[in-house]
Amino acid sequence: MTAREEILSRIRGALGDTPSRPDVPRTHRQQGVHRPGTPELVRQLIDRLEDYRATVVRVAAEDDDAIGQAIADALTVRGIGQVVAPPGVPRAWTGRLADVVVDEASIDARTLDRIPAVVTGSVVAIAETGTIVLDGATVCGRRAITLVPDTHVCVVRAMHVVQTVPEGLQRVDPRRALTFVSGPSATSDIELDRVEGVHGPRTLIVVVAG
Amino acid sequence: MSTFLGMPGVPVRGPAADTAVGHLTGDRPFPAAARDSLADTQLRRNLAHATSTIRAKRAAVVTEVPDWEALRDAGSAIKADTMARLPELLEQLEANVVARGGTVHWARDAAEANRIVTDLVRATGADEVVKVKSMATQEIGLNEALEAVGVTAHETDLAELIVQLGHDRPSHILVPAIHRGRAEIREIFALEMPGVDPSLTDEPAVLAAAARTHLRQVFLRARVAVSGANFGVAETGTLTVVESEGNGRMCLTLPETLITVMGIEKVVPSWRDLEVFLQLLPRSSTGERMNPYTSTWTGVTPGDGPQEFHLVLLDNGRTRALADDLGRTALHCIRCSACLNVCPVYERTGGHAYGSTYPGPIGAILTPLLTGLTGGDDPNDSLPYASTLCGACYDVCPVKINIPEILVQLRAEHTEAHADRHRLPTAEAAAMKAVAWSMADPARFARAGRAAALARHGIRRGKPLLPLPPPLNGWTASRDAPRPSAESFRDWWARTRGPSS
Repeated sequence: MTAREEILSRIRGALGDTPSRPDVPRTHRQQGVHRPGTPELVRQLIDRLEDYRATVVRVAAEDDDAIGQAIADALTVRGIGQVVAPPGVPRAWTGRLADVVVDEASIDARTLDRIPAVVTGSVVAIAETGTIVLDGATVCGRRAITLVPDTHVCVVRAMHVVQTVPEGLQRVDPRRALTFVSGPSATSDIELDRVEGVHGPRTLIVVVAG
Repeated sequence: MSTFLGMPGVPVRGPAADTAVGHLTGDRPFPAAARDSLADTQLRRNLAHATSTIRAKRAAVVTEVPDWEALRDAGSAIKADTMARLPELLEQLEANVVARGGTVHWARDAAEANRIVTDLVRATGADEVVKVKSMATQEIGLNEALEAVGVTAHETDLAELIVQLGHDRPSHILVPAIHRGRAEIREIFALEMPGVDPSLTDEPAVLAAAARTHLRQVFLRARVAVSGANFGVAETGTLTVVESEGNGRMCLTLPETLITVMGIEKVVPSWRDLEVFLQLLPRSSTGERMNPYTSTWTGVTPGDGPQEFHLVLLDNGRTRALADDLGRTALHCIRCSACLNVCPVYERTGGHAYGSTYPGPIGAILTPLLTGLTGGDDPNDSLPYASTLCGACYDVCPVKINIPEILVQLRAEHTEAHADRHRLPTAEAAAMKAVAWSMADPARFARAGRAAALARHGIRRGKPLLPLPPPLNGWTASRDAPRPSAESFRDWWARTRGPSS
């Protein structure tokens, strides 16, 4: 008997003939009280992100030029001139930057390690938990580019901000490789003291537009 | 090998985990190991500080969720439903992983899982792997198995790195180095971390930065990664790793080959179920609204991340636990470690005293459920007694595992196993038998009451005047002996209310 057959047979043996299946109560909240993109949710998202020590830049309109200006300002202050960006990022977002490397899958990790920052969009953000979801599509890029550079500038459109975790999960496609980001990388492994910045980007700049 | 399927409808236990391989059994019973921990004042300070910090954080973020109890009910029921149809869900998970370009392997026990993983690593030609913190691979002793074939396993979680560099053992599910203070961690890094600045301070931020510098080069060159999984979604074939530092993302993204070892109980039916667990887990675990990074992947994603993916599904005693209605619920555990942080026993002894990869209240049930109770001198036989049964663990469990009830059941099982194995009953069983005999007859019971009243003259200030013989001295060694009343209840009743009718 193969290991597969044997384990399945063991499980059936352990369960007996008629294991009872409980009804799964789903009385938890499926959606929040605020509709996606409302000012209350944007405020809550910003509050949570700042609580995680992310830097939040607010842009009043969902205007690509204004977003580009905010990105340029945030990076210039930090002395960063070079970024990598996935091919789907609007040109206007990176137009004011001196050196933009458009990602192709051929850029290896060692090369990415020498690029100080990455600029991407996002697909959805969850206000209650301060979570931004990247789905590997053209505006978010493949996973390595948002991981290796030390600074991640991520644009969140207000209309993509939902209140609860269930609403967030309903809006993404599980067949894609997803990354849920809640603040910069962090550890609590030393005396349970939270330290922001370990292996992932140590600086997370979120541009909230609209 | 033949498999006995048993009588129709009667559950048949799968085989116990092989404790010769891996880390499910310590070398001493809990009380002996606990005595050493209790004598270590530095350890007790570290534990008290860490557990009180995390308890407060958890309580604060749980309070702000209005539907917390509804989420616990859903989480508990989803897991019960999963166990009831585990075969079909595992087959569905397998089919979806394979359809998306992954390969699925099945491992009956620790030795088989280790063999599968070491063969896969060797087939790539790599002589090192990067590892995401994983309870399953710790349980099966994978690092040792890899080392035996000349493959270096780099633990990349900060706490696991502290444990590995310190030639130490993990002592907590979430924070394996919880028993170490910052000064000790600085010492370990200064002595053991290649290329570290020897003048580094013990600031947590400085220590974390040292780990980043050390591991960055390892991540950039690694060709193979080994991970565990928090959840595997049957409906889509999606695997999930929940983490904080980004070491998980590094391992799941940069290498060419990813090997994930997952216990068969980690499957969940649908993508939608994650909406429950991704709320329950981080708040229960680190006391955060959400952990910094959660990664999900489904098979192989062309052009993004590892292009070769293997999933190893592990039994190793899980089908033994599954056969028991109550014990089955221990498999609902999502490894948050909230029960450790609230446990008055864990807080004082730390995790090493339990001897198993799984310490604390959940470990005290899960470990003997996986390995079995022998009734002999197996150290795991002591684990069901490593509890005060106060119930704090049940209150905080995000999937409502009734740990105290399972502990009591395991104690009963242990008593039976002991009786089966020994011709002499345990002292407790003999005492209970004597009590049963005296209580079975009113006259005998009345005489016993009067005899007990006489015993009061032998006790002063809670201590017996003469040393008691074993096993009774075991009770009075750490507790006061209650002084019996001068008069039994029956005698008092007869004296004050007249003769009983």
